[in-house]
Amino acid sequence: MAMTGVLRPGHVALRVLDLEQAVHHYTEVVGLAEVMRDAQGRVFFKAWDEADHHSVVLRKADEAGMDYMGWRVDSDATLDRLAGELEASPLATEISWIDAGEHPHTGRRFRFTIPTGHVMELYAHRDVTGCATGYLNPEPWPDDLRGMAPSRFDHCLLYGDDLDGTVELFTKILGFNLAEQVVAGPDRLQIAAFLSCSNKAHDVAFIRQPMKNKFHHCSFLLGSWNEVLKAADIISKKKVSLDLGPTRHGITRGETIYFFDPSGNRNEVFSGGYIWYPDKPTITWTDDQLGPAIFYHDRKLNEAFLSVVT
Amino acid sequence: MSIRIHIENCDDSFPCPDGSNVLRAMECLGRRGIPVGCRGGGCGVCKVKVLDGRYRNEAISRACVSAEEEAEGYSLACKLIPESDLSLRVIGKMARSFDISRGAFHFYGVPATAPHRS
Repeated sequence: MAMTGVLRPGHVALRVLDLEQAVHHYTEVVGLAEVMRDAQGRVFFKAWDEADHHSVVLRKADEAGMDYMGWRVDSDATLDRLAGELEASPLATEISWIDAGEHPHTGRRFRFTIPTGHVMELYAHRDVTGCATGYLNPEPWPDDLRGMAPSRFDHCLLYGDDLDGTVELFTKILGFNLAEQVVAGPDRLQIAAFLSCSNKAHDVAFIRQPMKNKFHHCSFLLGSWNEVLKAADIISKKKVSLDLGPTRHGITRGETIYFFDPSGNRNEVFSGGYIWYPDKPTITWTDDQLGPAIFYHDRKLNEAFLSVVT
Repeated sequence: MSIRIHIENCDDSFPCPDGSNVLRAMECLGRRGIPVGCRGGGCGVCKVKVLDGRYRNEAISRACVSAEEEAEGYSLACKLIPESDLSLRVIGKMARSFDISRGAFHFYGVPATAPHRS
């Protein structure tokens, strides 16, 4: 079956403490393109291979963290159907419709809060302004890339309390699949869920922690392990706050490095992983093997990685 | 003469170059005492209370330090720029996110009974 319903992560909206420092980070370090600023002072960005108008939104605020994450669905009919199902479910709260145009070049968005406290949106339309290489006889990559230059915004990892409710919402209503999970203790309590709506090992992941609406990281895709190593060079060259890496995850098999934006929001750039199909069995990790599950090379947990969130 | 930072909790002190934040000065010297998180004023892991001395704060997330707390001397070491010798107490700490020795699931001092939808 071709991909239908929820197609992919479409946008992430982050709060930053200093807008110009953040713009410098997301353009010169991460290597996104600034596409516009709106009357509210929000700044919109996209990665070089993304077709749509924008994928990352920043606004100045007095707290760091994530405002919301948006999901592109395949049609207006799907948007209406999923909105109806979410409205009828006790798992989705604080439901609202956001008018078309509130995000530039974007249709109406259906906004709701999931059981872990995160705000999610669905939308069916965003203007295609095109990727940097175009669609007719394109070159493999554009000239004049800056920084790490990922090809796309890829996923988020989020922390919250009611993991069961959020996983139920994403799987039963939005049609996601559980690609990987971490279970803990004799009761095999699920403490992490890696959810896919596509052929990726994860489009969003959640970790059970006793707080609501926390942001662990947003991630961007690079083309190779060598590009991850170059990202490490850029982190040192630009004196960016390094979290950890370069290393490999056992979970999802991604080759990765983590760092922080100037407001403390964690970013990841990664490559690799695997193609996930709906008939692939769920991979399960147990908490006694959490070291190599998260950091395959040194096989040890890292408290800063696990506990620093915004 | 460079500014000195005194950490009350561990009775340790280290110099801080002009214009540097306290956390960066500590990390550059390979010293410990203040937990290191995002280094961006966002996560609150390096929260301190300044007991004595003059300083200024760069932008700090209000999720970590309220305006009232800031007025009382609370800060984040990664955004704390000393203007004289400082004496401070470490308030923040690193969470123990997955403390297997304490049971299935554990966060900070929270008992290992995570919310679980039955």
